[in-house]
Amino acid sequence: MNARLRWRKFVSNFMLTMTGVCAFVSVAVLFLILGYLLFNGGTSINWAFLTQLPKPVGEEGGGMANAIVGSAKLLLGASLLGVPIGFLGGIYLAEFSGAKVASVVRYAADLLNGVPSIVIGIFAFSMVVRPFKGFSALAGAFALGLMMIPITLRSTEEFLNGVPRMLREGAMALGASKWKTIATVIVPAAYRGILTAILLALARVAGEAAPLLFTSFGNRFWSQGWTQPTAALPEMIFRYAGSAYEDWHRQAWAAGLVLLGLILIINILARTILSRGIAVPRS
Amino acid sequence: MATATPTLPSAGPVAGSRSFLSKLREGDEIARLITFLFAATVVLITVLLVYELWIDSTLARHKFGWHFFVTQTWDPVMDEYGALPFIYGTLVSSTLALLIAVPLGIGASIFLAELAPARISDTLQFFIDLLAAVPSVIYGLLGIFIVVPIMREWIYPAINKPLGFLPLFKGPSYGPCFLTAGMVLAIMVIPYIISVSREVLLSVPRDQREAALALGSTRWESTWKVVVPFAKTGIMGSVFLALARALGETMAVTMVIGNTPKIAASLFAPGYSIAAVIANEFTEATGELYTQALIGLGLVLFLLTFILNGLARLLIIVTTQKGSKVSA
Repeated sequence: MNARLRWRKFVSNFMLTMTGVCAFVSVAVLFLILGYLLFNGGTSINWAFLTQLPKPVGEEGGGMANAIVGSAKLLLGASLLGVPIGFLGGIYLAEFSGAKVASVVRYAADLLNGVPSIVIGIFAFSMVVRPFKGFSALAGAFALGLMMIPITLRSTEEFLNGVPRMLREGAMALGASKWKTIATVIVPAAYRGILTAILLALARVAGEAAPLLFTSFGNRFWSQGWTQPTAALPEMIFRYAGSAYEDWHRQAWAAGLVLLGLILIINILARTILSRGIAVPRS
Repeated sequence: MATATPTLPSAGPVAGSRSFLSKLREGDEIARLITFLFAATVVLITVLLVYELWIDSTLARHKFGWHFFVTQTWDPVMDEYGALPFIYGTLVSSTLALLIAVPLGIGASIFLAELAPARISDTLQFFIDLLAAVPSVIYGLLGIFIVVPIMREWIYPAINKPLGFLPLFKGPSYGPCFLTAGMVLAIMVIPYIISVSREVLLSVPRDQREAALALGSTRWESTWKVVVPFAKTGIMGSVFLALARALGETMAVTMVIGNTPKIAASLFAPGYSIAAVIANEFTEATGELYTQALIGLGLVLFLLTFILNGLARLLIIVTTQKGSKVSA
């Protein structure tokens, strides 16, 4: 009996330690990733990388200035599409709609959220690339914008629903119309949470390469306007890492460092400063 | 709030008896209409997405029918397309990923939910959330330059020497293979398993734990025999969610799976996945049938993830509701 009890206690302690090891290993992966990127990217990054265009194939040096600008452009376009649809749609769900319509919209958004990014790419190809007869920054922005909609929509709805009833009733009691209540009382009360969610959505699509491969395609030069193909950081990392040139590998690491750095900074700022005391939904 | 008061129109009639016109004047109906249009756009886009996938693969669906799923040939020159090698590669790499990720992820979530003090648990969860934010192309980059060499120099010799006679571990390895893809995918889906499982475990009512402890069970026994079974369906949900992610994952897999459309029993053989073949060949697909076969693959991928995501959501909802019902 005593031996059995000792055994049970041993098993308990052992297994609980193992769960700790699991947690430690999982978190350690993050620091391994960071360490590798800081080391390999840090030794590869230089001023030319940030300011110059890619050199012709076979020549050393050059940079990814066009991809950095291209990524920024795609994200701007994606926000212009994804944020209004998600935000205003979310307002409709939280404030105006009946239960039936709301569940249909919610279902559609969840479905869209689960679609693999490569399939979103195919859809953007059918909708934008084919009718316009060519790869374009617009098509890439369209694909990324679609991916922002569900996150923005669901979190807008959630945070608006979280606004205390009293605020609502107070505004209505003062005679404000419904939309005035929403615009001046409810949305301002919930804006920090919504903004956090939008930033996280932006950080998520910033790292997407799959939907860009056959929409914005890539470009070794500056891309003018919205109708030309454009380079983007994730897509350049993919092409450079898979190439046979040593110098391109170096640049892929540098691009990885820049991309991951930006994404983690947005994540950390959004999660710690902006959303202090708010439970942020996970995408 | 105070900012609203000075600008209020006092002309509006009493709330209950508002006519349609006065509502319109105050903008309510217009706001409702505009926001409705945006909400409807979301539904429209989703319907359009399914429609486009269906229509744009008509040619391939009619030509190959169900044979698409059992044919092994993928030959753009002869215009013959079968999805089997890609479906096989997708399933094998995802299964491997789950075999690695599920024990690790559930172990870690038990630690976070049951053992760690709230502050440490929250800090670790913060890191896990950051890990989930790392883009897949970064995992691919690390996969190519770190996991592939490790696989070639260390893991392959260590397994192949003693176990090489098994078909599962037979043959040469160049680094990119099913196992590499499975390992990279495992690292990518662990954060999802941990986050969801932790939340599900935290929703298990306190009395369940206390009752088990009061009956004399050790801490591990109360966790493993009471808390985990209680949260079982929700944990299953997190696994399905992870599986859906793994199936649809493109960039990281494309970079490490080897991109060879062959079915091999050996985990050290290079393979291909559905998402990877779309990523690699879509822009080069010249013939109409070729493009449509690739879109057909996209449709298959969409349906797979659609079913898994639906199941996952159902399981998670069922468990968290069970928790609140028992404690109520």
